[in-house]
Amino acid sequence: MSTKQKIGWAIALVVVLIWSLFPVLSILMNSFKPASEFAGGGTLVPKTFTLENYEMIFTGGARDLFLPALRNSIGITLIATAVAVVLATLCAYAIARLDFPGKRIILITALAVSMFPVVSIVTPLFNVWRQIGLYDTWLGLILPYLSLTLPISIWTLAAFFQQIPWDLERAAQVDGATSFQAFRKVIVPLAAPGVFTTAIIAFFIAWNDFVFGIGLTSTGAARPVPAALAFFTGASQFEDPAGAISAAAIVVTIPVVILVLAFQRQIVAGLTQGAVKG
Amino acid sequence: MSTTTQSPSTRRDAQGKAPLSDRTRAERRLGWMLAGPAFLVMLLVTMYPIVQALWDSLFSYRLTAPDDRSFVFLQNYWTVLTDPVFLRDLGVTVLITVVTVAVELVLGFALALVMNNVIKSFRGVVRTAILVPYGIITVVSAFAWFYAFDINTGYVNNWFGWLPIIGPDFNWFGQGWSSLIVIMASEIWKTTPFISLLLLAGLAQVPGELNEAAKVDGAGWWQRMYKVTLPSMKAAIMVAVVFRALDAFRIFDNIFIMTNGQYGTETLSLLAYRTSITRLEIGLGSAVSVILFICVLLIAFVAMKVFKVDLAGGKG
Amino acid sequence: MASITMNNIVKKYDDGFPAVNDVSIDVADGEFLILVGPSGCGKSTLLRMVVGLEDITSGDLLIDGQRVNEKEPRQRNLSMVFQNYALYPFLTVYENIAFPLRLAKGKFSDQEIDQKVRVASDLLDLNDHLERKPGNLSGGQRQRVAMGRAIVRDADAFLFDEPLSNLDAKLRGQMRTEIAQLQRRLGITSIYVTHDQTEAMTLGDRVAVLKKGRLQQIASPRELYEQPANLFVAGFIGAPSMNFLPARRDGDVFHTPIGDIPVPEHAQGKLDKSGDLLILGVRPEHFADAKDVQDSPWASRGATFDAELTHTEWLGNQQYGYVRYEQDQDVKAKLDELAKDLDADEMPAQVVVELDASSRIRGGSQATLWVNTRKMHVFDPESGINLTRDEEAGAELTREANEERKAEIERLKTQDV
Repeated sequence: MSTKQKIGWAIALVVVLIWSLFPVLSILMNSFKPASEFAGGGTLVPKTFTLENYEMIFTGGARDLFLPALRNSIGITLIATAVAVVLATLCAYAIARLDFPGKRIILITALAVSMFPVVSIVTPLFNVWRQIGLYDTWLGLILPYLSLTLPISIWTLAAFFQQIPWDLERAAQVDGATSFQAFRKVIVPLAAPGVFTTAIIAFFIAWNDFVFGIGLTSTGAARPVPAALAFFTGASQFEDPAGAISAAAIVVTIPVVILVLAFQRQIVAGLTQGAVKG
Repeated sequence: MSTTTQSPSTRRDAQGKAPLSDRTRAERRLGWMLAGPAFLVMLLVTMYPIVQALWDSLFSYRLTAPDDRSFVFLQNYWTVLTDPVFLRDLGVTVLITVVTVAVELVLGFALALVMNNVIKSFRGVVRTAILVPYGIITVVSAFAWFYAFDINTGYVNNWFGWLPIIGPDFNWFGQGWSSLIVIMASEIWKTTPFISLLLLAGLAQVPGELNEAAKVDGAGWWQRMYKVTLPSMKAAIMVAVVFRALDAFRIFDNIFIMTNGQYGTETLSLLAYRTSITRLEIGLGSAVSVILFICVLLIAFVAMKVFKVDLAGGKG
Repeated sequence: MASITMNNIVKKYDDGFPAVNDVSIDVADGEFLILVGPSGCGKSTLLRMVVGLEDITSGDLLIDGQRVNEKEPRQRNLSMVFQNYALYPFLTVYENIAFPLRLAKGKFSDQEIDQKVRVASDLLDLNDHLERKPGNLSGGQRQRVAMGRAIVRDADAFLFDEPLSNLDAKLRGQMRTEIAQLQRRLGITSIYVTHDQTEAMTLGDRVAVLKKGRLQQIASPRELYEQPANLFVAGFIGAPSMNFLPARRDGDVFHTPIGDIPVPEHAQGKLDKSGDLLILGVRPEHFADAKDVQDSPWASRGATFDAELTHTEWLGNQQYGYVRYEQDQDVKAKLDELAKDLDADEMPAQVVVELDASSRIRGGSQATLWVNTRKMHVFDPESGINLTRDEEAGAELTREANEERKAEIERLKTQDV
């Protein structure tokens, strides 16, 4: 590569960085603006920096809306992720390693489910959940979250598992392990990185949900943050909720940024493997 | 995925000659024991509701008057399909899908090229940067874009006042077209990283030798791009387009936050939501849901049959 | 058609490692030059510099007398056959061959393209496969398509980068013949990279042997075989390879682990500058069962010695015998280094002798062997230089080869008409 080309790609790199991070910067700046700056047009950088928006969501007026939502989001997302990863690990192991009729049906089902319009199932679920008492409960969200997280987890993990050297497991079986022991003692350590990556991706997806969150909850009992943010707008009594919403948005973006910073390589591998290689 | 459904032992079994060996039978049992729970959960949380929606859509039924439930067969569908609002929403949905996917494809490819060509030590930085939009909550993205453009809170009008139309008084969310621009911008920002990663993976699979051969054969940069690289990546591009199109067709969060479907920015997802959850017209809402579902199925079907996109990964 | 001249070509990577070090080669118009050497010797890098896929660190590359160092590959008008053929999987065989023509926009009409593709496909026997995709072709057919793509362009020279290494042994032999014939028939300057010395010997008008980025010797295959410049070339060319025996000279006699051998006539006077310790190089076919030669006039041209054969290998048309000996520790390091250069682990302390297939000598038995000392080479163990090399005889061999080539091109030309 010539120097000219190198400079060209370096400029492209800077453009990409700005494009990727600017909206985050924008809302971060918003979260430090006092309410007075949210009227009649503003600037990117606050004229006066303030922490009052953060105070508002943690200790102030928006506390009762935000804190329960944050708790719900964390709890529901973690449980949904854990359940999805456990179920998907077992399923993907069977698909990658065992010979049994129906493998293809499972994979096609997973693909079909991942294409499902979420709104199409939120209506009937809304109905049924109200009848059986799951409406506005954690379980009432965890179950539909599985429809989001399970398919991609199964595909990603199946792709991961197919790269694990088969022979090691056979060797374990020859050495006297049962199929299940071979799975637990040989495959699990090999598969752990893939499972971990899948967990991160599943977490992102569950963390991102809005439709279920807003359609299947009505109070702070189960409403997650994204849905709660929408209610800042209408339900709060202060003038403009932009500051509080921005602060809350930043709070829920922090885990995303941490995961991305720590595991970018794994996430990229996981995303491309599941989708491209199949 | 290798999915050999006809193993030699199955065939023998069918002819009734040799029964399955204990090992084969144990393997099958274990296979379903491990895969079964995930399979059941998937069916439970999607198949069951969609069948329920299908059933509900055949009734005239509102939650506000639960006793008035009556069987009307396909009348709900007729009502929906002939409603100009539905047609407008369908148009908006298609417009958003086509525009966002097209723009994302171009941007995503450029992004993939940058990631592919940037010096190794910066590769991690680019990956990290583009994964931020991927991982961020769509609603947060919607608010970020909304507040940047909004007439009261935004700075975009100040920055771009020198452009025609845009000025301190320009209300981006006062009419359909400008609202759609911001909505699509947010959608594109959030999902381009995903498409670019798929394209990057496709790019990485193009053998370097092909490009070298083309170089020797006399191809310039552009010629190599559209005569060698792009055709080699066709499968990856198609898969990326289909996945994103199916996703874009379901767009909901951005619009809900920014305009809630006002000024003709409503999409099918919003229509379904508004009809059933807000107005509690379960029958009609279910019909919209089913139609939305059928649209998605159609897109997938057309992609697989007409364009021969192998969504299942090709090895089945 | 063109000549290609490399003047003091150097390729250094960012870490300072010289992959190609000061190589100068002149390829004459119409000549078939082979670059050969073990893996990592820089032969592919050199080829890629010629075609323009690698930058040249220093030195000059001339095509037909014009310096092309800075030119893009596409401006050099060379065509190349890649190791994995680099066929475009999404194009038919026809379009693959037509590809370079289509790139030169407006230069060729569809008719011209069609005509050129047909000519190439006739030549390469691809007519039945033109509408197929490369994925459905056999290895040999893919190889031919890659050749076709190189041919249609009327390029100034062909470059081949280990084009046969992905084929099985039988097909390799067949394609080797086809490439040789094609090159002669088209009379086009060609540079061919391989690590296989058989390919080098059978294909090339001249062969350039490289080691660690340095040119060791460039000559006709026969000259390389009969008058190698140094230990490396002697060991690399020929299969089974030349035997290297440690020897201590004492006047007119070499003391070797397998017995005393008189210093041959052609070596006398050439060894005085070196020390006592030398390395003798004898090819397996220059040994024989002493019984088989005792009555022939050959007997007087060599020496006999007694040895115990560890085992023999009977191959039908010939027989190899193996003689183990105690390695001289003073040359072991040198020989092991040589072995490493030749991609082997260490030099076995044994002599391979070629015996007549009818010879009754068997492993474990004591036998009297004869060695043709006239064909023996003597190497300096320090520098590896062949002390007994006959420059004139070597040059004569290469001159002969050159004439033979010209005659053959002429013959093929008249045949075509």
